[in-house]
Amino acid sequence: MRKFEQLQGVAAPLPAANIDTDQIIPKQFLKTVEREGLGKGLFYDFRFDLEGKEKPEFVLNQPAYKGARILIAGDNFGCGSSREHAPWALDDFGIRCVVSTSFADIFYNNCFQNGLLPVVVTAEELHLLMGEAKGGNHVFAVDLQAQTICAPSGAIVSFEIDAGRKEKLIKGLDAIGETLEHAADIDLYEEKQRRARPWAA
Amino acid sequence: MRPRPCALYERDPSAYMPAMSGKTLYDKIWGAHLVAEDPNGESILYIDLHLIHEVTTPQAFSGLRANHRPVRRPDLTLAVADHNIPTEGQAKGVDAVEDAEARLQLQTLGRNVKDFGIEFFPMGDVRNGIVHVVGPEQGRTQPGMTIVCGDSHTSTHGAFGALAHGIGTSEVEHVLATQTLRQRKSKNMRVNFVGEPIPGVGAKDYALALIGQIGTGGGTGCVIEYAGPAIEALSMEGRMTLCNLTIEGGARAGLVAPDDKTLAYLMGKPAAPKGAAWDLAVGYWKTFFSDADAVFDRELTIDVSKIAPTVTWGTSPEDVVAVDGQVPSPESFASEDKQAGARRALEYMGLTAGQKITDAKVQRVFIGSCTNSRIEDLRQASQIAQKALDLGLKVAPGVRAMVVPGSGLVKEEAEAEGLDKVFIAAGFEWREPGCSMCLGMNPDRLVPEERCASTSNRNFEGRQGRGGRTHLMSPAMAAAAAIRGHIADVREFL
Repeated sequence: MRKFEQLQGVAAPLPAANIDTDQIIPKQFLKTVEREGLGKGLFYDFRFDLEGKEKPEFVLNQPAYKGARILIAGDNFGCGSSREHAPWALDDFGIRCVVSTSFADIFYNNCFQNGLLPVVVTAEELHLLMGEAKGGNHVFAVDLQAQTICAPSGAIVSFEIDAGRKEKLIKGLDAIGETLEHAADIDLYEEKQRRARPWAA
Repeated sequence: MRPRPCALYERDPSAYMPAMSGKTLYDKIWGAHLVAEDPNGESILYIDLHLIHEVTTPQAFSGLRANHRPVRRPDLTLAVADHNIPTEGQAKGVDAVEDAEARLQLQTLGRNVKDFGIEFFPMGDVRNGIVHVVGPEQGRTQPGMTIVCGDSHTSTHGAFGALAHGIGTSEVEHVLATQTLRQRKSKNMRVNFVGEPIPGVGAKDYALALIGQIGTGGGTGCVIEYAGPAIEALSMEGRMTLCNLTIEGGARAGLVAPDDKTLAYLMGKPAAPKGAAWDLAVGYWKTFFSDADAVFDRELTIDVSKIAPTVTWGTSPEDVVAVDGQVPSPESFASEDKQAGARRALEYMGLTAGQKITDAKVQRVFIGSCTNSRIEDLRQASQIAQKALDLGLKVAPGVRAMVVPGSGLVKEEAEAEGLDKVFIAAGFEWREPGCSMCLGMNPDRLVPEERCASTSNRNFEGRQGRGGRTHLMSPAMAAAAAIRGHIADVREFL
């Protein structure tokens, strides 16, 4: 998996709460058998009108936020469907970090599987970062090792992250490879189950 | 063969006494599946059943191939085709599916299950259907299990006292390769449902009322156990509806402790244990319940006698209103963000603050989805259709109402009971099984500004088709809306 250590780039503000994965990547893009190329469908209904023309008012269509690498979003980001196409689409579009006060559980897990960093901050911190992202300079710096976000004004917000998840992102570890190192434990578990629950094993 | 002493389901505390008392149902299932704990705080949990479907697995199988990894336990994996299949003409087979991308995805699943030796109920097989209908119906879903699927509504299987939740495609690949999942333990939450419901109110209304109260993020980080007399009184279908919607409250999984109803449902199902194995299994299943002294991180009680038939008005499952209520005004919400969200939702839904919700005219009705497409759901909807016929009424002019059974077997059972004839006589379409208009990946979807009374689980913007307006409700309420041509109170038909 790709590593995540530091990221510097434009942060786009998306203040709405409960942005669900149907909004992040609508159903018509889920019929692919690939992981790549989903950026074209990211926030499709927000970005394009019914005729397929860009909606100039949507933040990611505004020249100032072109090439955004970071999203500053409202509460409960990524709720709804388990589709991993959501982080795949964000990544393909160039966004590798989402900051919010809370994330839906499955989306949060899915980010870590793809080298994306979801950052949880307090409501006050989000308010501050959102304000700065809406300002004249939108270039933020995220440092996972230091667990900080540096806003354009120089204001620094620290964030908490599980140590195990952090290590995996920084090292870009492969979860399956790691688990397969426990193959003997899995064998042992299965053997015990065969004896304890013969009807199931 | 009937389950023995049906009235006397005695739980077996011996497995956890005395040193390990004070555990919740979730704690017990978790403990029974721990394979290893990594120093980084992650646990490796064994997975007893992995359900897969065409949409969230192609990239997982590609990953296995790229790394030359086999599927560790194909026998604990079951595949169905449900998300993007058409709901007519299924007998013609996958190669006749018109949508080229959907066809490729279905063909890809067919090839993957063959290459990796996984049991598969293909489109057109009577056992095929929505993954969360098929698992229980086949008896693959059993108490005390861990069950995952690349679909958020996997929480449905919690109705059997199984720890069941949705996972992403990378995790699907992880489970295929290792039969385990890396997990961090969630918090324990319990919701007690007490009281007796008024006529016309059931599991769907309980779930909507709960989400309305706690919000779509209210359960985040938790596994919710549903308990109390009103849960004990629910059928297995009702419990599945409630557990299904748990994810809409943000919780990882929903659970109901197994009891006699669970056993009665499971007995005789194709994959349920038989004979002496059944007795052994029942003994094991009876160890799964929350101890009297178990401590929950969060607990709340809901009096179901206070719940009216409930519908959603907005674009989030938490936007609920009693059917005899009014569309709320944005100013009634506490925070500025919520007010802005409500204004946007009203605009999207084409509703005005203060209008009666029953004034909302519908053009479409969808009875189906993993939330509400089981036999009991169809019975409830058909009773309203029958009552309408008795009153000389049919589906209102200008309304297209679809009934999509959850599986081929549900369809067969409904047809054996004559439900299809009632629906058709009343002007409903009787379709073939699948996820259908719940998420509109197949041809069944709304056009912009079409309003739909739907028994599904998400009223998100664009969920059932771009610009489509979804109101979530129970099967009986959806049938009533079809007859009236607007959101209607099911109690008019009781």
